[in-house]
Amino acid sequence: MLYGKKRVANTIIRYVILIVVGIIMIYPLLWMVSATFKSNNEIFSGIGLIPKKVTFDGYKNAMKSYGGDINIFKAMRNTYSYVIPKVVFTVISSVVTAYGFSRFEFKGRNFLFAVLISTLFLPQVVLNVPQYVLYNQFGWIDSKYYLPLIVPTLFASETYFVFMLIQFMRNISREMEEAAQIDGCNTLQILIRIICPMLKPAMVSCALFQFMWSSNDFMGPLLYVKTPARYPAAIFVKLSMDADTGFDWNRVLAVSLISILPSLVVFFLSQNSFVEGITAGSVKG
Amino acid sequence: MAKKTGSATVQARPDGYGLKKTLKRNIGFFFILPWLVGFLIFRLYPFISSLIYSFTDFQLFDGVTKVGFMNYEEIFTSKKIMKAFGVTFKYAFITVPLKLIISLFIAYILNFKIKGVNLFRTAYYIPSILGGSVAIAVLWKAVFRDDGLLNTVLAFVGVKGPQWLSDPSYALFIICLLRVWQFGSAMVIFLAALKGVPLDLYEAAAIDGAGKVRRFFSITLPLITPVVFYNMVTQLCQAFQEFNGPYIITQGGPRNSTTLISLLIYNSAFRTYEMGMASAMAWLMFIVLTVFTAIAFISQKYWVYYSDDEGR
Repeated sequence: MLYGKKRVANTIIRYVILIVVGIIMIYPLLWMVSATFKSNNEIFSGIGLIPKKVTFDGYKNAMKSYGGDINIFKAMRNTYSYVIPKVVFTVISSVVTAYGFSRFEFKGRNFLFAVLISTLFLPQVVLNVPQYVLYNQFGWIDSKYYLPLIVPTLFASETYFVFMLIQFMRNISREMEEAAQIDGCNTLQILIRIICPMLKPAMVSCALFQFMWSSNDFMGPLLYVKTPARYPAAIFVKLSMDADTGFDWNRVLAVSLISILPSLVVFFLSQNSFVEGITAGSVKG
Repeated sequence: MAKKTGSATVQARPDGYGLKKTLKRNIGFFFILPWLVGFLIFRLYPFISSLIYSFTDFQLFDGVTKVGFMNYEEIFTSKKIMKAFGVTFKYAFITVPLKLIISLFIAYILNFKIKGVNLFRTAYYIPSILGGSVAIAVLWKAVFRDDGLLNTVLAFVGVKGPQWLSDPSYALFIICLLRVWQFGSAMVIFLAALKGVPLDLYEAAAIDGAGKVRRFFSITLPLITPVVFYNMVTQLCQAFQEFNGPYIITQGGPRNSTTLISLLIYNSAFRTYEMGMASAMAWLMFIVLTVFTAIAFISQKYWVYYSDDEGR
């Protein structure tokens, strides 16, 4: 009897902790949503989530263009004009590289694999300066097509994804591949017809992570995008904050919220893929 | 780390083997070739150049006039730069342990039979997905500014909150908190690891009379140390490179209390175009980070448990 009571108490404690932590996690986000519908006077005058008087001023002002060249929607179009190529190129180049490493023996394979792993620990900060100098020589700074952001992804530059895909490929049985080989498929056909269909969940995870990380990326565009008309959302949001802090919070928060809406939608549509991806990359090094 | 590339080229020998055979045997190499080319151009070349730059006074628009250790001497004598290193350490050693402890604790609770696990998991995971965005940095500023959300909440319960972002003794902690708030991804990894701990071990321990706390520290924790290690190393690497939070929220202030080394590197590289100096700071940071990573890897054998088949 005593044991049972203790058990109930433990369960209650667990739920209380989970709920309190959950509120801390989510409350700022919910507050942000509600603040975009509040007037600037009301935003910091109370802690409630339901606006006393709903106003759309924040959103109306959020649509305004900034310096005549750019508004939030144009900025978001700019963002996704490099995010989507980045995602596509990353998935393709990472799958090809992972296939090479996980399915073939060749001279120097183990050494190159060690190099691949070590790049996981190579901090971007060390590379920024020479990369900037290099891209400057290529004439890529402020490129119309966001070349410094996109081109490296053609070469599987984010090795985290290669690593993650190799982990997935290890768990795929080779029987099908062997059968296909006997049927006369060449290595490329095996990759496209046999491996890719089985690797789909992993490829989706890669695509999702790259989508999120590239949409959030601030440093990249900060360094390589100079013309206001080409600013992506990350830079635009920062600028509107700098310009309006102190008096126009509903506009600033509305701009911010609009900028993360696509990411939120993608996340809710595909939660499980995130969880699968993140655990596959980590368990068993 | 990656210092040199080997002679991994396909050697086509016309005698004996035949070109075609050699190609066929090394076909895997062609699949990794794009990565290798990219690695050489976008990783290895910049990596080495930045080391070389660090021994020069290279300025983007003036070129190089002096060569030597002067950047490193300046770093070690500059109070501002030394302080930035100190702040970076503080940042890393606050965020990494806090994040690990909280994510492990929450994962541990979620691993009991909890109704609505998925709902909780989602709620905890969202900040990890969005947390890196500028939008969330803006939100952080709205929450912690002098008359922001937190102080409004505190005033509601009758406490006058401090000036979180303009008081040097709090500002860094608030920046740390932004990172700790994103514990979701580490938690998901811990949760997966906890699910892998065999139940019969618990039962055996419970029969032997071990309590919950004892069971956690004697069974669960040792078994998931590989994942603790993984999370620790990745979080450490990220923490040392943090940029967005302090850059957007506090611009390094007040009184440089949130000036992480990455901010100084950015400023000298892309505000004043002192590429040499920036490279020297970046390399010093890289060396420090490498030392920590190396310590972590070496210490593995004392505390990380690998079952026999996956010991590295």
